[in-house]
Amino acid sequence: MFDNLTGRLARIVRDLRGHGRLSEENIQGTLRELRLAFLEADVALPVVRGFIEHIRARAVGQEVLQSLTPGQALIRIVRDELTTLMGERCEELSLRQAPPNVVMVAGLQGSGKTTTVAKLARRLKEQDKKSVFLASCDVHRPAAIEQLAVLAREIGVDCFPADPKDGAVGIAEAALGQARKGFYDVFIVDTAGRLHIDSEMMDEVKRLHAVLNPIETLFVVDSMTGQDAATTARAFHEALPLTGVILTKADGDARGGAALSVRFITGQPIKFVGMGEKTHALEPFYPDRVATRILGMGDVLGLIEEVERRVDRQEAEKLAERLKKGQGFDLEDFRVQLKQMRGMGGIGGLMSKLPGVSDLPKPVQDRMDDKELVRLEAIIDSMTPGERRFPDVIKASRKRRISAGSGTEVQDVNRLLKQFTQIQKTMKRATKKGGLQKLMRAMGGRLPPGLPH
Amino acid sequence: MGLKEGLRRTRARFGAGLARLVGTAGGEGAVEEIEDLLLGADAGVEATERIVANLRDRLRRRELNDPERLRDALRAELISILEPVSTPLVIPRGRDTPFVILVVGVNGTGKTTTIGKLCAQLRAQGRSVAVAAGDTFRAAALAQLAAWGERAGVPVTASSEGGDPAAVAFEALEKARARGTEVLIVDTAGRLHTQAHLMDQLRKVCRVIRKFDPSAPHEAMLVLDATTGQNALTQATEFHQIVALTGITLTKMDGTAKGGMVFALAERLGTPIRFIGIGEGLEDLQGFDAAGFVDALLAEP
Repeated sequence: MFDNLTGRLARIVRDLRGHGRLSEENIQGTLRELRLAFLEADVALPVVRGFIEHIRARAVGQEVLQSLTPGQALIRIVRDELTTLMGERCEELSLRQAPPNVVMVAGLQGSGKTTTVAKLARRLKEQDKKSVFLASCDVHRPAAIEQLAVLAREIGVDCFPADPKDGAVGIAEAALGQARKGFYDVFIVDTAGRLHIDSEMMDEVKRLHAVLNPIETLFVVDSMTGQDAATTARAFHEALPLTGVILTKADGDARGGAALSVRFITGQPIKFVGMGEKTHALEPFYPDRVATRILGMGDVLGLIEEVERRVDRQEAEKLAERLKKGQGFDLEDFRVQLKQMRGMGGIGGLMSKLPGVSDLPKPVQDRMDDKELVRLEAIIDSMTPGERRFPDVIKASRKRRISAGSGTEVQDVNRLLKQFTQIQKTMKRATKKGGLQKLMRAMGGRLPPGLPH
Repeated sequence: MGLKEGLRRTRARFGAGLARLVGTAGGEGAVEEIEDLLLGADAGVEATERIVANLRDRLRRRELNDPERLRDALRAELISILEPVSTPLVIPRGRDTPFVILVVGVNGTGKTTTIGKLCAQLRAQGRSVAVAAGDTFRAAALAQLAAWGERAGVPVTASSEGGDPAAVAFEALEKARARGTEVLIVDTAGRLHTQAHLMDQLRKVCRVIRKFDPSAPHEAMLVLDATTGQNALTQATEFHQIVALTGITLTKMDGTAKGGMVFALAERLGTPIRFIGIGEGLEDLQGFDAAGFVDALLAEP
C-alpha cells in the first residue's frame, strides 16, 4: 500500500533537496506535484483540496522561506500535515465498559467485514486474552451467517446460531442476550454489506445500532476504493456514530488514498489494517509511522516490532545460549532462521518497511521474493541431521545427493554452503566481546533520523 | 432498476458541475471544472489530462465558446473512448462442447453475485447453464453459490472446502460435456493480484481448462468493483497476464461510484466491457453501452 504515492513523493522530495532556496514559484510547482500525487493515489478530490490548502498556507508563510533548508522545511510540513490528517497516535479498541463490550462493524458490500470480524476476534482472544462472542446479522447475502460460523469455529470462539428468518434486529437482540448471559468480554456483530443510498438498509443498520448500543462502531473500507470513499464514509458517518475505521485488503498494491479520505471525512481514527486473507493478518495502524513511510522514510519501528513479535523467543534464547558457550552456529540454526524470516512476511514484507526501498527500480524490488528462501530451506531439508550439524562433511557425493533431493543444482548447494560460512564468520565476530557493539556502530550511520540511538 | 436510475447520483454530480460551467462560459475555468469532474469520477490523472488536452486546444481556438458545445464535445470525446470496448458477449448456439466462461477478480468485487445474475439471464434465454464452484478457499463460498444456483435453477459442481479449484473445473467440464450443457461458468476465489501463489493457482485452472478444450476459456471475465480507484488498471493488467482477459464486468454501479476508470481501461487495455451490475436482484445485470453510459453520466438531473 501507498507505494505509488511514496514513489512520487520521494521524487518531489528529491527535487526539493536540490534547491538552496525556495521561491514562490517552485512552491507552486511542488504543490501542483503534490496535488497530482495525492489524486493518483486515490485521495478524494475535496480532501486533496483541503490538504493542499493547509500546506500552501503554512508553506508561503515565514516557516519555509526563512528557513535555512527550505526543502527540508517543506517536507516537514507535508509530514506534519499528513500525520495530523491521519491522527497523531495509534488508537486501539476502547473496551472499557462492563462486559459485554459490543463492537459493531458496517460497510459496503465486499469491503471485507466478515473476514475482519474473524480477525478482530482472533486478535482479542489471542493477544488480549478476552472471551469473544460473534454474531452475524447478515440476513441478505446467501450463506453469510454460515461464513462467520465457519470462521468462528476455525479460530475457536463462540458464535450465535442465527436464523435469517428472525431478521437482523431479531438476531441482534437474541445474540446480545446470550452474550450477557455468557459473560463474554467482547461481543462483535457482523452486519450485511449495504449501499449508503439504500435508505431501507441504512434504516436497518440504524435500528441495529440502537438495539446493540455498541461502544465501538467500526466502518470497514476497502483500501482500493477510489473517489467514492469520501461519499460513502460521509453517508455512513451521518447514519451511525462511527468510532473508528478498519482498512482492508491493504496487502495489495493499492495506493491507499481511501485511508486519507475516510479519516478526513469522518474524523475517526483508523484502528486496524487488514493485511491478508488469513485470520491473523490484522495490524494496528500507526499514523505517524505511515506518514513517514509515505514520504519514503521507511517504517523501521514497524519492522522492529514485527521481528520481536514473530521471532520465536525460545529458539532465539537457545541459540544465544549455544553461541555464548562457544558452540558454533550450524545449518539447523540457519534453517530455523529462514523459517522465521518467511513467517515475517518474507523478504518482501521486511524490505517494504525499510527506508529507501521505494527508490529502487521496480525490477529490483520484484526480485526480492521468497523463492530463494524456499530454495535454501529445501536444500537444508535434504540434508541429514549430521550434515546440518557438521557441514564440513558435505563433499561431492553428498552434494549430488542433496541437490537431487531438493530439486536444485550442485552449484546451488555450493552457494548455500558459502553463504553459510560467511554468516558463521559474522556470528563469531558478533559473539566476541564487544563485537555486537561494533556491528551496531557500523550500522548506526544508516538509521533514519528520529530514531533513538 | 434501470441504468439511468442506477446512475442517477453520478448524473446529478456531472449535471451540477456543467451547470456551473454556464457561468464561466468556456476558457480555462471550464477546463478545470471538467478536470475536477473527471478526477472525481475516478478517471485518473493520466486519462483526464488526455481528455482535457483535446478540449483545451479547441477552447483556445474558440471553437467551444458556449457551454452547450463544450458539453457536446466532451460527450463525443468520452463516447469515442468507450465505443471500441462496448462489444456484447455473444455465445454462439449449437456448439459441440460447452462455452466456458471463467470469472476472476480480487476479493469482494461481486463475482458470485454476477455469476448468479448471469445464470438467470442465460436461463431466461433458454440456454442450459452449469456452474463450477472454484472458490474452495473462502468459508461458505460454496453455500453462497449453491443458493444462487438454486434461485436460477442451475446445477453447481463443487468439491469440499480446501479442494483444488482446477480439479473442480475439470469435473464440471466433464459433466457439462456429458450432459450437453451449452454454457459452463467457472467461479474462482477472490484473490489480490499481488499474491503470486494464488495467481499461479489461477494459471493452473486455465491450463486444465485448456487441456479439456484448447479454445477454452471462451470468455475470461474480470469482475471489477466500480468503487475501485486507480488500482483497477493494475488489477486488469495483472489478471490479463495470467488469463488473457476477454471481457470486463463493472459491478456496484448502483451506488455513487462513477466507474470513471473505464476510460483508462479502454485506452490502455481495450478489453471489451460486457456488463454493468446495478443492483442485487437477479435481473440487475445490463449490457454495457458506451453512449448510454456517457449520456447517463452527463444528462441533466
